[in-house]
Amino acid sequence: MGNWIINNGFTAVMLVVWMGINIFLFVWFYLFYDRGDQFYYTRHLLGSALPWARAPAAVLNFNCMLILLPVCRNLLSLIRGSFVCCSRTMRKQLDKNLSFHKLVAYMIALMTAVHTIAHLLNLEWFTNSRQGVYDKLSTALSSLEDAGNTTYLNPVRIKDLDPQQIPTYFAFTTIAGLTGVVITLALILIITSSMEVIRRSYFEVFWYTHHLFIIFFAGLVFHGAGRIVRSQQRTDPPHNFTFCKDRSDEWGRIPECPIPQFAGGFPQTWMWVIGPMILYVCERLLRFIRYMQTVRYRKIVMRPSKVLELQMVKSGFKMEVGQYVFLNCPAISQLEWHPFTMTSAPEEDFFTVHIRSAGDWTDKLIDIMQQLPEGAQGPKMGVDGPFGTASEDVFDYEVSMLVGAGIGVTPFASILKSIWYKFKESNPKLRTRKIYFYWLCRETHAFEWFADLLQVLEREMEERGMGDFLTYKLYLTGWDQTHANHVMVHFDEDTDVITGLRQKTQYGRPLWDKEFEQVRKENPMSVVGTFLCGPAMLAKVLAKKCAKYSDVDPRKTKFYFNKENF
Amino acid sequence: MGKIEWAMWANEQALASGLILLTGGIVGVAGQFRGWQFASYAVAAGVFVCLLEYPRSKRAKGTSVERTGQYCFTVCVKAFGPLTRNYYVRAFLHAAICVPGGFMLATVLGCVCLGISSLIYLAAAIRGEHWEPILPRKETRKPVAESIKNPPQNPPPRPPPEMRKKISDLEGAAYDNPVSVTD
Repeated sequence: MGNWIINNGFTAVMLVVWMGINIFLFVWFYLFYDRGDQFYYTRHLLGSALPWARAPAAVLNFNCMLILLPVCRNLLSLIRGSFVCCSRTMRKQLDKNLSFHKLVAYMIALMTAVHTIAHLLNLEWFTNSRQGVYDKLSTALSSLEDAGNTTYLNPVRIKDLDPQQIPTYFAFTTIAGLTGVVITLALILIITSSMEVIRRSYFEVFWYTHHLFIIFFAGLVFHGAGRIVRSQQRTDPPHNFTFCKDRSDEWGRIPECPIPQFAGGFPQTWMWVIGPMILYVCERLLRFIRYMQTVRYRKIVMRPSKVLELQMVKSGFKMEVGQYVFLNCPAISQLEWHPFTMTSAPEEDFFTVHIRSAGDWTDKLIDIMQQLPEGAQGPKMGVDGPFGTASEDVFDYEVSMLVGAGIGVTPFASILKSIWYKFKESNPKLRTRKIYFYWLCRETHAFEWFADLLQVLEREMEERGMGDFLTYKLYLTGWDQTHANHVMVHFDEDTDVITGLRQKTQYGRPLWDKEFEQVRKENPMSVVGTFLCGPAMLAKVLAKKCAKYSDVDPRKTKFYFNKENF
Repeated sequence: MGKIEWAMWANEQALASGLILLTGGIVGVAGQFRGWQFASYAVAAGVFVCLLEYPRSKRAKGTSVERTGQYCFTVCVKAFGPLTRNYYVRAFLHAAICVPGGFMLATVLGCVCLGISSLIYLAAAIRGEHWEPILPRKETRKPVAESIKNPPQNPPPRPPPEMRKKISDLEGAAYDNPVSVTD
């Protein structure tokens, strides 16, 4: 239990606070509309469907405000930067921005459903009142017109159409109805195209359809402009509903009961969402400005296993270890931005990305690059970033465990290069005493570009006698009989047959229990940060191990887990 | 957007529409709205669309992810053969189903959503996609190499070759096997 608190405590608190605010808003506004005297007559026509419609509306206001914030990545980077002095827990929280965005989206979907159903009931009962199906008071209230010295209560004014079609007619001829239908439709399309299976396979469909949110917010702001939820206003002399409700014939004719006056509530949604909308517009503007800055190619290399390495230079570009950038290539697609982790170190005056063939966009990019003549500049490329993720924290921990699966090793390439530079300069910023690096890979070809780096590091560390600063283990998970045969023949050689490194490649997946046990034994009182870039399944396993091997006792080892994947 | 299988998105949209149609229908019936007959139709239509759309199709390229427990639905849908395999049929079917939903407000949203999914299915059909059931892979035995087809007919100790039992001449063998050596 204590381990869970260390690793997930802050998230749990944030979720409780968020849910608490939602529940509070729901209950507060439910009671406001359910008990408020000014809504007595409105409730007479609608019953409890009125508060059931207004309470989710308040929750929707709150969540629509929140939903834009987690996706302002430049803003988040800014906040991350400003927490340099504070605890690493805050920065970990900001890593979970996409999960929070999805959670808020689910809440919006749920509340939209409740709100819509309640309003369906409202419309039906408004129509019935107008048709005179209910009691005398309802009919009297419904026949109040917006004319002369009367104001209407029942927004359904029309009587002569086929009553089955009146709600539909109303929905499509009022601002609230029309905007409601349009934005609900936009929401449904956004949600169906954001399902995991669509998002993972066809990112473009997801991304383009998601831009329907512009219609969503535009409609949302105007949704309340019609002011059709009416409350009773103060009149002079006052109209006491307790006395006058049974005397609807005499309204306006007796001094105690003047004709009741009604007015709609002031639309409030825009007050909730205007701030985040402006922030998001600034965010997109910033991305555009960054896109317009010139990017020059320093080197373009085609690596084995369809991996493309690009070295680029951009003026004023500053990065930290393990950060990522978004790339846009207008020659391939005007609107698409794709994220890639940088594999160069901040100490270098250029930045590098290794791009693997993984879909339409990457395939076309590799195609274009392969057809370039020697030494030519590549196509125009827009670069947005850099954006920070968990890897920035790796030097803050005394001991770090780095786990990279396949191409997920890229942020760690950046870190290891940075270590090499910091070593050479004996940089005092380096708090790290020990690094354990685990690289999991299915096939041998992908090793090549990274093996160079590891060979250099190996040599460097031997020269300086710092052999145990970096312990790395390589796992070949896709081995077969030919590999085994090859290894059997060469097993007594000093260097590994696959990579040429001193550290022998291991086969199969790592036994995490053994690894964590070893780290704990070798570092008894330390705080160990575990960083993963790889599949979600592995993240679950590592998170569990971190929780299992951590101890709340400050004299024992503590493991913190950080995950990053796209 | 070259590699998109539109049918995958159409499927998600249609499933969502089925649920929305169903919910609208339930509200219409439970609230005893005018036109509740259309609402009760929407309940039936919603259930039907959900059952039809629940089993995901096998993708032409890439790994297909099944929905939980979809195997029985796959079998039912597969039984209708070309009617469910062809996406033109589905597009027109959804277009036809959605029309009665437009006659009352509670079901109009389901109607529009289903109409949209019908359009996406039409796009999928024009691109030549079709529905393939996801069936569990049958275990196929690896084809046995030629030389193994005729294992030695005699277990050891074997008499000299001229005395051994041949398949063509069973009577001239030195002895018979108590158990067959081929399966």
